[in-house]
Amino acid sequence: MAYKYFPHTEADLKDMLRAAGVDSLEALYDDVPDQLKMHRDYNLPSAMSEIEVRRFFEELGKRNQPLTCFAGAGAYDHYTPAVISCITSRSEFLTSYTPYQAEISQGTLQYIFEYQTMMADMTGMEISNASMYDSATATAEAIMMAVAAAKKRRKVLVSATVNPAVLRVVRTYAHFHKIELVMIAEKDGITDLDELRTLLGAGDVAGVVLPQPNYYGIVEDFTGVADACHAAKALMIMNCPASTLAVLRTPGEWGADIAVGDGQSLGIPLSFGGPYIGYMCTSKALIRKMPGRIVGGTTDADGRRAFVLTMQAREQHIRREKATSNICSNQSLMCLFVTIYMALMGEKGLREVNELSSDGAHYLHDELLKTGKFTEFSSKPFLNEFTLRTSLNIDALEKHLAQNDILGGVKAESHDDCIIFAVTEKRSKAEIDKLVSLIKEG
Amino acid sequence: MNNRYYGRLIFELSKSGRTSYSLPANEFKSNSLDKLPSALVRKSKTILPEVDELTVVRHYTNMSNNNFGVDTGFYPLGSCTMKYNPKINDEISALPQFTALHPLQPAYTVQGALEVYYNVQQSLAEIAGMSEFTLNPYAGAHGELTGLMTIKTYHERRGDTKRTKIIVPNSAHGTNPASAAVCGFEIVEVKSTADGTVDVADLKPLLNDEIAGMMMTNPNTLGIFEKEIPEIAALVHACGGLMYYDGANLNPMLGVCRPGDMGFDVMHINLHKTFSTPHGGGGPGSGPVGVRKGLEQYLPVPHVKKDADGHFFVDFGNNALGSISQFFGNFAVVLRAYAYLLTLGKENIKMVGPLSVLNANYVKEQLKSHYLLPIQGLCKHEFVFDGLLDKSTGVTTLDVAKRLLDYGFHAPTIYFPLLFHEAMMIEPTENESKDTLDEFIATLKTVAEEAISDPDMVKSAPHSTPVRRLDDVKAVKEPHFTFKDYLQ
Repeated sequence: MAYKYFPHTEADLKDMLRAAGVDSLEALYDDVPDQLKMHRDYNLPSAMSEIEVRRFFEELGKRNQPLTCFAGAGAYDHYTPAVISCITSRSEFLTSYTPYQAEISQGTLQYIFEYQTMMADMTGMEISNASMYDSATATAEAIMMAVAAAKKRRKVLVSATVNPAVLRVVRTYAHFHKIELVMIAEKDGITDLDELRTLLGAGDVAGVVLPQPNYYGIVEDFTGVADACHAAKALMIMNCPASTLAVLRTPGEWGADIAVGDGQSLGIPLSFGGPYIGYMCTSKALIRKMPGRIVGGTTDADGRRAFVLTMQAREQHIRREKATSNICSNQSLMCLFVTIYMALMGEKGLREVNELSSDGAHYLHDELLKTGKFTEFSSKPFLNEFTLRTSLNIDALEKHLAQNDILGGVKAESHDDCIIFAVTEKRSKAEIDKLVSLIKEG
Repeated sequence: MNNRYYGRLIFELSKSGRTSYSLPANEFKSNSLDKLPSALVRKSKTILPEVDELTVVRHYTNMSNNNFGVDTGFYPLGSCTMKYNPKINDEISALPQFTALHPLQPAYTVQGALEVYYNVQQSLAEIAGMSEFTLNPYAGAHGELTGLMTIKTYHERRGDTKRTKIIVPNSAHGTNPASAAVCGFEIVEVKSTADGTVDVADLKPLLNDEIAGMMMTNPNTLGIFEKEIPEIAALVHACGGLMYYDGANLNPMLGVCRPGDMGFDVMHINLHKTFSTPHGGGGPGSGPVGVRKGLEQYLPVPHVKKDADGHFFVDFGNNALGSISQFFGNFAVVLRAYAYLLTLGKENIKMVGPLSVLNANYVKEQLKSHYLLPIQGLCKHEFVFDGLLDKSTGVTTLDVAKRLLDYGFHAPTIYFPLLFHEAMMIEPTENESKDTLDEFIATLKTVAEEAISDPDMVKSAPHSTPVRRLDDVKAVKEPHFTFKDYLQ
């Protein structure tokens, strides 16, 4: 029965069964009632050799069509420097688990500490946890946190300009966690701040969720919003794609209390939706309400600086049903991923990535308008992503572009005559020109 | 891994003027960033370092040398199923034909990826004895939450709104009650008997028409198979509740027994435990949720399905529960699990359970002469000692765990489950050889002897790790959560 993942020889089996006090592998299950046993083989394929497995997936891969990507809407096609996969595939990182034994986990603990430092700084907040699953679940955790901090108020306002895919998850969590969600209307593609002020006036709001840039790519102006939230004792929660934090006014600078979003734009491959990494940053005053793992600095018995999991009295393995969240694991390897990305790019590199993306997006925006087939959705400022209204049949256009290996944006969910386009530093002028000329002739 | 303390932070290696990236020349030069209104622009400088590429590579390589993984050595962390992570799986998950796919691409351009989803859903259903799976949950705890949402939706859609309580054994993982609380349930705890299994006599009076369901893992956190499971399931079903299976301990059941056949209605599986995907220092994992026939419509969306012509499509469905993830969950993790399933095939998957159980019983029987085994008899994939047999030395489970690190082993899970004061939970997995287990057994016996001959040395362990024992209290009293806290 020799098999590459099972080291047991026939002689080992005999010795081990004897030592375990049984005479067969079957006897190890004598405590399991017979009527519960399967008594048959699984209805699954037979074992494959490594050559066959590789061939199988290569064939399967051919049934996918990788496209030149002009889509965003929560997942962005930024470049992944070669260094990252080289480090993240080191098995000391890849095959370890949550750093329970700090003395042999300083690698993990240290990069999480670096991650916390970088993310807190990117968002302009004081602290960061050691990662959530994605933007949507991080936002859901943030509203639960706001409700926990507010004690009796259970109402949360959400801007209608939040990505609908994030909103769907927030709605689900809110329903089960008995949080009342109230939408703040969208006005000309941005949050209706007058309505926000009116809704805050009731004095029963625990938190307010605002996107930056919003679903349509628009960079909104939240001047005065933090004061309005705080006057109503509501927490201001901002959802921002991580990469844009390097150039846009930070949640901290806006006066936000919690910053959440997806770290995917920091070079994580699209990978059909995951794994990505949610982030959550906040102030020190709110740390005891924060979900997830947090790493802190301390010293060892010899006085050397070292790192441990800390503030654990908030967590499920200690507090059980009274924990701040049920989060147990974290997206540790993706923490490492974006930490290396930020270390490689630095402030200058991140600015350049945003500049290339934004300049390319503005070029595409203007060229599309010139075709006469698009009109402005909004005249507000944008960065790497924008929305246009079109007279074209969007589904037919999607097919036409896909036949030419291009993913030409995403149909806006709430406006079915609008397309949301995104451009990253990976898109050359030639690729943009090809997209525009296909649309022209289409 | 090596034992040289590294300890530097990337910020301390920064030198103004260094760089480690390269980007194409800007072909547009429209200075669009400079045209943003100043109120919308970041004012503060960042703390990000200025470093060259080799410095980055050496820094993280040196850090990795202060880290211990399954590839470094034996990792008997109970309840975590630290099995071998086959390398072919990583290569498959990195194929550009999969990594380049945007999650919002039209279905006709991602048929291969959707087929992966569909086939893994089907394979898990067969292995678990369930009808249908969703692969959207990102982790075990996320799976628990999703499963509980499924249960609550089932009751809500029947108009049965008074079922607000979930029964959880006191031996359960902390995530069980925490997930139930996030889902808006009240938690009712059921006691364990002296042999560590659910106390059916204690359960009976808890059952009424307010019970939405009961969460269990089988074998339980002590590694004991819950023999009364048919009766427990019948009792919970009779009161109108559903049975939830926490798949954390599914590994020993492979090849022998399916949760669906035990009477469970809803469950999750940890792909990072049972199906070998790497734990990655704590994540990303994947926690698919399965349901029995009749409950499929209560799973979250989007859901991958196959039409009559064999084409795969994404169904946003009835929206009974809604969505619990932004897209389709951790696709690259699912790919790895699929590679594992195909590599093992039906012939080898069925050996996983028996060999993991053999390894656990082998270790248990040989160490009960030195460590206190509170529950005798067969265990499944793991078992729990209540510390050293000789309690006179003052050496605790924490000390034993730390001393093990000196010998090049990861420690077991300690102080869990909470049923014993000095719990040491050991799970060897099917991939470990008799040779490795023999070394581990001999080492734990040595440590037990050291506890008598030189207790102070054991109590001050570890001695040969990159850092020595850490001050957890100081981390809370003098908090440092970011590097900026060191600069003040």
